[in-house]
Amino acid sequence: MNVESEHFSVTGGDFARAGAISIRVKKALSNLGLPRCVIRKVAVVVFEAEANIISYATEGEINYIISDDHIEIHIDDRGQGIPDLSMALREGYSTADEVVRGMGFGAGMGLPNMRRYSDEFQIESKVDQGTSIRSIIYLHGGENE
Amino acid sequence: MKLVSVVKELGLKTHCGANLSDEVTGGYVGDLLSDVMAGATEDQIWITRQVHPNIIAVAALKELAAIVTVAEPEAETVVKAEAEGVALFSTDSSAFEVSGRLFKLLEP
Repeated sequence: MNVESEHFSVTGGDFARAGAISIRVKKALSNLGLPRCVIRKVAVVVFEAEANIISYATEGEINYIISDDHIEIHIDDRGQGIPDLSMALREGYSTADEVVRGMGFGAGMGLPNMRRYSDEFQIESKVDQGTSIRSIIYLHGGENE
Repeated sequence: MKLVSVVKELGLKTHCGANLSDEVTGGYVGDLLSDVMAGATEDQIWITRQVHPNIIAVAALKELAAIVTVAEPEAETVVKAEAEGVALFSTDSSAFEVSGRLFKLLEP
C-alpha cells in the first residue's frame, strides 16, 4: 500500500459502507507510527466526509497526502451542493431527511466536527454542482483537540 | 473497572467479547453518530439504540471500550464488530436504566 497518499471513491446513498474508508485510513496512519492525537483528528474528518457524501451527494472522492509536517485531506463531491455555507457550519443545523436521520446521521454536526478537528479548513460549494473541502492537520503541535 | 466486570455487573448479553481486560473510564449516551464522534472519548462505553453496522466504525475510530445497544443489534453489525475487534453487547434495560447502573459502578 502506498502510505504517503491515498485516493478513495465514495458513492452517494451507500450507507452500508459508511466508515470503511476512515477505518482504513486510521489503520494506515497507525502503521506509519503517526501520533495518536493526529490519527484521531484525521479519523473524525474522514468519517464525516464519508457520511456527508453518502448522505447528500451523488458521488465523491477523498484523498489524503502526508508531507513532512501535515496531512492534507481533499474532499470533492458532485451533487446538490450547499446553498448556505454559514448555516451548514452551525452546530445542529441539518437538511437531512428522515431516512438519513433514522440511521443516526444528520445531527447537524458533520461539518462543524470537520472544522473543529482540522487545523486549517476551507470549504467551497456550488448549488447543483458539488462541494469541495480542504482540511489540513498538523503532525506536530496542532492547537485543536 | 475492567470491561469484563462491567459486563458481569450489568448482566449484558455478549455479541462480540473483545478487549474484555481493558479499563472502562466512563460512558456516553447518544443515537446521533456525529454527536458521538464529537463527544465520546476513548475507553468509554457507548450506550445507544442504534443497531445498524455504522456504529462499529464510530466505536473503532474513537477507540471506545464497548458499545451497549438497548435493542438487539443487526446480524451485520455483529459481523463488523468481530472484523474490527469492537466489543459489542446488548441489554433489555432502557438506556436510562443501564446508564444509571453504569454510572453507579464507575462513580460510586
